Amino acid sequence: MTRVAVIVFPGSNCDADTLAAAREAGSDAYYVWHRDADLRQADVVVLPGGFSYGDYLRSGAIARFSPIMGAVAAHARAGGPVLGICNGFQILCEAGLLPGGLMRNARLKFLSRPAWVRVESTDTPFTGLYDKGDVLEIPIAHGDGRYVVDERTAAELEASDRVVWRYVRDNPNGSTRDIAGVCNAGRNVVGIMPHPERRNAPILGGQDGARVFYAMEARHATQHAVDVRAVGDRHLRV
Amino acid sequence: MSRYRVQVRVMPRAALLDPQGQAVEHALHALGFGDVAHVRVGKHLVLEVKAATQEEALAQARTMCDRLLANPVTEDYELAVEATR
Repeated sequence: MTRVAVIVFPGSNCDADTLAAAREAGSDAYYVWHRDADLRQADVVVLPGGFSYGDYLRSGAIARFSPIMGAVAAHARAGGPVLGICNGFQILCEAGLLPGGLMRNARLKFLSRPAWVRVESTDTPFTGLYDKGDVLEIPIAHGDGRYVVDERTAAELEASDRVVWRYVRDNPNGSTRDIAGVCNAGRNVVGIMPHPERRNAPILGGQDGARVFYAMEARHATQHAVDVRAVGDRHLRV
Repeated sequence: MSRYRVQVRVMPRAALLDPQGQAVEHALHALGFGDVAHVRVGKHLVLEVKAATQEEALAQARTMCDRLLANPVTEDYELAVEATR
């Protein structure tokens, strides 16, 4: 059982959904309050969506100085998997654990609606159960979702297979090169703007996001074994 | 130690799209200010620090900007420091 720490900041609001999605996938998921300094032997750390510190100054700018972020950075440096979803992605960028930054949507409006992303890289702890090129319907809910990065870094991200998800059909926020999610050079720290935890069961309108969470469990449980697991009507390589 | 008033002007990077600035520019055009162009919206922060010299106050403010007040990926900043009475 993978131990998944879901960090709770003041203003997090996707923490419960994220915890439920990780548990649904079989993980031993638990909350860690941002004032704590200990991840309690986490295998995987997830920074959930929300509005930490009311997005004051910049989204994620203040949360990155929370006491727990020292432990998150140490976990990341040691190669431990870290996933930032939406506000979590913003925090990881502010903390310098991911390149780039997130700015106000190009058309200013806060957008809460489905979006479509293509899986561009399966070589991360969170996308290993997808096939490259899979198009997923996953909701977005953000006002500051425009991923920006300078041209040199963008080219480097493309060349090193570090663009993990890319918007298809339309780019809701005007992000550089339609980027919806990226990973760090070590491939263990991943950020995504859409919310996979909101599409992990048919009752939520689809389960395109479920494999993000199954991947955390599968990677831990069966490092070398080959297994087949059915999720709904889909058979997955584990 | 003296007290210094620090003003920080944070602006979105010139190369990056500033949709807020564009929206304000459109509104100004709609109001009849047709000659307005290149509107950009940033932030202005004012704070007070205690320091031995003005240079030290400036150095402190620069560190604050680099670590928190501005994001080097998306923003540029300018500082103005003056002694307060």
